[in-house]
Amino acid sequence: MSTLVTTGVPSAQDIAGVTPPEERRARGPYATIECFQPIPCDPCHHSCRFGAIQEFEDINDIPKMDWSKCTGCALCVAACPGLAIFVVDETYSETECLIAMPYEFVPLPEKGQPVKLTDRAGIVVADGIVQRVVAGRKPAGTPVVWVSAPKRLATVVRGFILRKEG
Amino acid sequence: METGRSSCKTRIEDHPILDFPARKEVTFTWEGQELRGYEGEPIAAALHAAGIKVLHTSHKSKRPRGFFCAIGNCSSCLVVVNGVPNVRACTEKLREGMRVQRQEGTGPAPRSRE
Amino acid sequence: MAVRTTELVIIGAGPAGICAALEAASHGVKTTLVDRGEELGGQLIKQTHKFFGWHKKSAGTRGVLIAKKLAEEVLNNENITLLNSTEALGYYDDGTLLVETPRGIDRVLGDRLIVATGASERMLLFPGNDLPGVYGAGAVQTLMNVHGVRPGDSVLMIGSGNIGLIVSYQLLQAGVRVAAVVEAMPTIGGYAVHASKIRRLGVPIMTRHTIKEAYGKEQVEGAVIWELDENWNGIPGTEKDLEVDVVCLAIGLTPLAELLWQCGAEMAYIPELGGFVPLYDETMETTRKGVFVAGDVAGIEEASTAMAAGRMAGLSAARSLGKVSDLDYSRLRNEIAGELEGLRSGPASAKILSGIAKMRAMLQSVKEAAAVSEAEPANQPANQPADQPANRPAKQAASEPAKEGDLAEAGARDSEAQGNNGSKSEEAVGA
Repeated sequence: MSTLVTTGVPSAQDIAGVTPPEERRARGPYATIECFQPIPCDPCHHSCRFGAIQEFEDINDIPKMDWSKCTGCALCVAACPGLAIFVVDETYSETECLIAMPYEFVPLPEKGQPVKLTDRAGIVVADGIVQRVVAGRKPAGTPVVWVSAPKRLATVVRGFILRKEG
Repeated sequence: METGRSSCKTRIEDHPILDFPARKEVTFTWEGQELRGYEGEPIAAALHAAGIKVLHTSHKSKRPRGFFCAIGNCSSCLVVVNGVPNVRACTEKLREGMRVQRQEGTGPAPRSRE
Repeated sequence: MAVRTTELVIIGAGPAGICAALEAASHGVKTTLVDRGEELGGQLIKQTHKFFGWHKKSAGTRGVLIAKKLAEEVLNNENITLLNSTEALGYYDDGTLLVETPRGIDRVLGDRLIVATGASERMLLFPGNDLPGVYGAGAVQTLMNVHGVRPGDSVLMIGSGNIGLIVSYQLLQAGVRVAAVVEAMPTIGGYAVHASKIRRLGVPIMTRHTIKEAYGKEQVEGAVIWELDENWNGIPGTEKDLEVDVVCLAIGLTPLAELLWQCGAEMAYIPELGGFVPLYDETMETTRKGVFVAGDVAGIEEASTAMAAGRMAGLSAARSLGKVSDLDYSRLRNEIAGELEGLRSGPASAKILSGIAKMRAMLQSVKEAAAVSEAEPANQPANQPADQPANRPAKQAASEPAKEGDLAEAGARDSEAQGNNGSKSEEAVGA
């Protein structure tokens, strides 16, 4: 039984299945869809302008990525009702990667703001900096926040907090 | 009557999805004490925002009761309003000058209308 | 007492009732929509999250915005008369629906009735469950998302179904701490994406755990949780004391079906559908002819299926009033049935489907029994008139009384097992 259904945190195996191969990761930003259960939902496919999220045969299909088409634009990050899509750019710099995450909280951070980066269990794993904020249109939209993180944590960091660890 | 937002921290001022427009503030009393709330909101919401959760005591064992369902299903939130008992605080709208009291058990027998 | 005549009366202006009204009205049916609330949309008005489903339907749209759109469509529809702030009191044999409006009691006479009254929240047994501060998940949503009032500072969520997970997320959005989500079952009840969303924000989800007690002098000041063994008994020594001022119950819903009982529709206890539900056929018609159902009152599901089922009920009512051509009817019926089938085709819907199958089997046997009594009226003189077999159904189809059933279900279903219990997560709620 995956830890996903006992704790809400996907297992390493779950994650491996939605992470592109090394050579693709080295080539530029990519979306990773952390949606592991068949649920009746298809907006991600329709949000992609490049055909990278393949068409659904059945509404319950798990999204399938064609990473050769993905540009890392992050439109899907804001579109996913489950807030389960992230864009990761491991080519951002020598030591850092860039991660785009949905963020439906107030206040929205500002560019340049330091944050504490958290993993999939909400545990602080490193420091990061907000590099870009795409505020969605309230109330319909979902803001997307891009943070820089240590490159080694590209597949680990999936959240951030504004408040200092206390 | 002033229009504005209460400064109480139980009121949500800033929300990522929702906007709570400014509403007209009114004065009412709870157990004789003067409180302020927004006109038209449920009495229970105004009381909760003022930190008051105990609205009623049970018939037999006199245990404190608050609201449970907040939509008029469960009758856990009965209060006395302007002398009238068995008013559901979760659905009854707040009005200027309302006299609201905690209901003990069945509450008092209703008097003639004031 | 005013008397209002109409072709179709619908009770409940939530997603099911509104979609039923819009569908029926689109075929020219004069429809009266009754709701006890002032605002249209039922529980949608407190749903801030984006819905799943089809992109071409409402998927990706927040519940509050779906409610707004549906309300506008109702208000702009000439065939729909809205009676809001109006409570339905009873449905009589002559087809009278008695309602209490803000101005007094009126009679509504409709040729057809759709009951879309939704559901109410289940209670859970534990010491202190009556303390102020123990709130239903819907109450918490109403307070914070409709009225803009935080329910407290720190919440213990009981139940990890979609409601428990979604309301936990909404609490975090409102700036309220969620100390933990406990779930008696060994696995999380709701969708993993909802669970992962709050886990990332540091909320522990503890499967195989439940609440032992809530305590406080006049209101909740704390709660004790503990781990459950395989027989659902708490394990002494595993207790954890949580400093919370709200215990939020999200252990499930049960159909709000009093009007259906009262009007004599055949009911059955089907745990998979949430408790006592009416027996109804593919057209959503109950055993009382001309009375249809849709939404949670027909079995607990979620808003997307409620909307589709509402359309089906509206279409069927319109059809039975002779307002829909054969061609249109079969096209629309297939379209809606296909939508429902799609929404229910995932593994999460297995329970619903088995409940519906059970209910249909019961309906079949009720119909067969009625047919037998119709065929042999002389043998059963005490039976109902043969020409209206559905009008006076037997009162009790189920073997189990409602309350016992509910408690058994609630006891078996509320929380979860094994999570990372709390450790470092308290600080992680952003902002």
